Amino acid sequence: MIDSNYNFAFLDERTKKRIRRALLKAVAVPGYQVPFGSREMPFAYGWGTGGVQITASIIGRADVLKVIDQGADDTTNAVNIRRFFARTTGVKTTEKTAEATLIQTRHRIPELPLTASQILIYQVPLPEPLTKLEPSRQETIKMHALSEYGLMHVRLYEDIAQLGAITRAYDYPVMVNERYLMSPSPIPKFDNPKMHMNPALQLFGAGREKRLYAIPPYTPVRSLDFEDHPFEIQRWDHACALCGSVDSYLDEMIVDDEGSRLFVCSDSDYCEERRDAGHVGGQQAVHLHDALATPVINSTTTLQEAA
Amino acid sequence: MTTLMNLALETTSLSKTFTLHGRGGLQLHVFSGIDLAVHAGECLALTGHSGSGKSSLLRCLYGNYGATGGDVRIQHQGEWVSLSKAEPRDVYDVRRRTMGYVSQFLRVIPRVSTLDIVADPLRRLGVSAEEARARAAQWLQRLNLHEHLWHLPPATFSGGEQQRVNIAHGMIADSPVLLLDEPTASLDADNRRVVVELIQAARAKGCAIVGIFHDDEVRNAVATRCFDVEQFKNPL
Amino acid sequence: MKSQVLLSARQVGKSFVHQGQPRWACRGVSFDLYPGEVLAVVGESGSGKSTLLRLLAARHACDEGSVHYDVQTESGNEPTGLVNLAGMSEARLRWLARTDWGFVEQHARDGLRMNVSGGANIGERLMALGARHYENLRGEAIAWMQRVELDTGRIDDLPATYSGGMQQRLQIARNLVTHPRLVFMDEPTTGLDVSVQARLLDLLRELVDELQLAAVVVTHDLAVARLLAQRMLVMKDGCVVEQGLTDRLLDDPQHPYTQLLVSSVLTP
Repeated sequence: MIDSNYNFAFLDERTKKRIRRALLKAVAVPGYQVPFGSREMPFAYGWGTGGVQITASIIGRADVLKVIDQGADDTTNAVNIRRFFARTTGVKTTEKTAEATLIQTRHRIPELPLTASQILIYQVPLPEPLTKLEPSRQETIKMHALSEYGLMHVRLYEDIAQLGAITRAYDYPVMVNERYLMSPSPIPKFDNPKMHMNPALQLFGAGREKRLYAIPPYTPVRSLDFEDHPFEIQRWDHACALCGSVDSYLDEMIVDDEGSRLFVCSDSDYCEERRDAGHVGGQQAVHLHDALATPVINSTTTLQEAA
Repeated sequence: MTTLMNLALETTSLSKTFTLHGRGGLQLHVFSGIDLAVHAGECLALTGHSGSGKSSLLRCLYGNYGATGGDVRIQHQGEWVSLSKAEPRDVYDVRRRTMGYVSQFLRVIPRVSTLDIVADPLRRLGVSAEEARARAAQWLQRLNLHEHLWHLPPATFSGGEQQRVNIAHGMIADSPVLLLDEPTASLDADNRRVVVELIQAARAKGCAIVGIFHDDEVRNAVATRCFDVEQFKNPL
Repeated sequence: MKSQVLLSARQVGKSFVHQGQPRWACRGVSFDLYPGEVLAVVGESGSGKSTLLRLLAARHACDEGSVHYDVQTESGNEPTGLVNLAGMSEARLRWLARTDWGFVEQHARDGLRMNVSGGANIGERLMALGARHYENLRGEAIAWMQRVELDTGRIDDLPATYSGGMQQRLQIARNLVTHPRLVFMDEPTTGLDVSVQARLLDLLRELVDELQLAAVVVTHDLAVARLLAQRMLVMKDGCVVEQGLTDRLLDDPQHPYTQLLVSSVLTP
């Protein structure tokens, strides 16, 4: 199955070495954006080339690779990237989080807690958390160097002043190791707490912007907030319609023309594992007028067996 | 004979010449070689015809004009300070704590009320706003300035009213040295009398006063000594 | 009368090259500024006064001479003595500019963040210093808006919706929120309507007095100098031609140029 026309994992060994060197630098300075010589990949920019280059630089024959896109293994981006690596490395791939040694992800962190023998690789569109506030790269480099992050808090203040609350729902800025301000990539803020003191190594790659950064294992990661407007994750009034989970990030799917909604785990593997273990959800679509009214939770089995 | 201990203000060979560069360097000699010694409790009246340099001398004493030659020294917080040579912040300190000045014309900070103008010298000495305003009110009352004028800026007042604000402003802080430039020029008889009483009271408290009084009656009532500036007109 | 010098300029100069020759925008300027003193730098356009201000505020490097500032320790309790600004790290200079210094620009737009609200503008320095309580920040912003006589109902409005005079007041509040000891002002009232200028000057005078601010105020308007400053520097062609007590310079000017300036002022 491996395509012998390409070097192992597509990139030449020199390039992999350069990227690994950049990764070492990134690991040594948690949250600091390290510039790297981003290569042309057989994907267009915006399709995860940064994440792919990182994976390609560290993947080995004994690795087991999982690729997810918005939590699912079966969406276009994930399927393509998984196939790419299968073709250029012959490495075993899996959809089960527990089995994987390398997990490349677009915009979600798996629900299942990771272990010290796993590496999570994020695809990042815009690595600079200050980019919308300070367009000058020169200036943001200075701000990171001098730890001048008042501007980010100004933005959060402004949110509260104009909208009553910090309304950022994804790509919520964090302080890594209490030193660098970092963009966690467009993961929902629901996932932010998972980055904190994670036993797994977390690597972030932005191919188009040519920067990578890292959070070494067991590093403090704190989401920005105000003392009287503390950080809060999203919550749903519904459980997963398929497995009944109340703890996972739910996707909202519209299933008919009347606007009925189905709430389903975004992490497809997590949902499947729960169903295999016997959990069952309400399997009911929520009608629009109900969705807007009182909460619908099928509690019974789920909460007791969730442990 | 007054002892050196009471000496409050003195000048040594003080001279003043204006050089008008806009007029090709034309020099106007005002006075030269003035030696003054003013003691606590004295009121020295400067005399001489108009244009003889009385006002200029007073301004030199205040530090408003620089000295072309010689020196002006004042007793300030137990030390002698040369006003001609002092740094600006030291001159300000002397003016704040030791020297009061009633100028001929009222130069006002626009839009500040009369009460606050008069209270200002006390505020600069650290007195609370409330107390300073209360004392300012007393002074204005004494000078027969009607209460309805107190919250107005004095820019639209009559000459006599402005003069009285000036006097209150210059005298309220009970400075050890007081410089008065025609304090009664625009006042009617009643108010002149009030000012004379105020000056006499200051003298009684040990204030050293140098003043220009064009009104003979006033001069006779307050001055202990006269000093003719006119004789120092020509350059040495 | 013994107190520490706050800001010391020693033979400060800046040159640029014009048609192959060095030309001095500003040269040989020396003075010592003490806490609570206001120094006006007066001159016509081309005199070098704005360049001087920027040298003092370390926005340009000196080509000659040096500028020294009495930097306090981080805890703010002991003065460490005069430190040469040229020897300070950029991080320290930026920190200084955000805490112990203020800089009021001639055009408020240059000194404000136009895309965040008035309240955010005022709170920014505090947030940069670690303030993390939203209601407290808001409280500070409201208090300062009252102090500079801005309508507190406009706290969430963008500065672009404020009038020119209001923008200047906002700029002042934004600078004073960290209680700086030294404020640089570049023509703070120029360009505003006369009545607005007058009220702003009153405000500045009161604030300087109340907060015991030291300030260096660049202005071409002698009336502003008389109103705000105890000391004055008169500049022409990059040099200081006369300096001293403001009222003495204005009432008894010695230098030909100072005499010319004073006699040129129109009084209605």
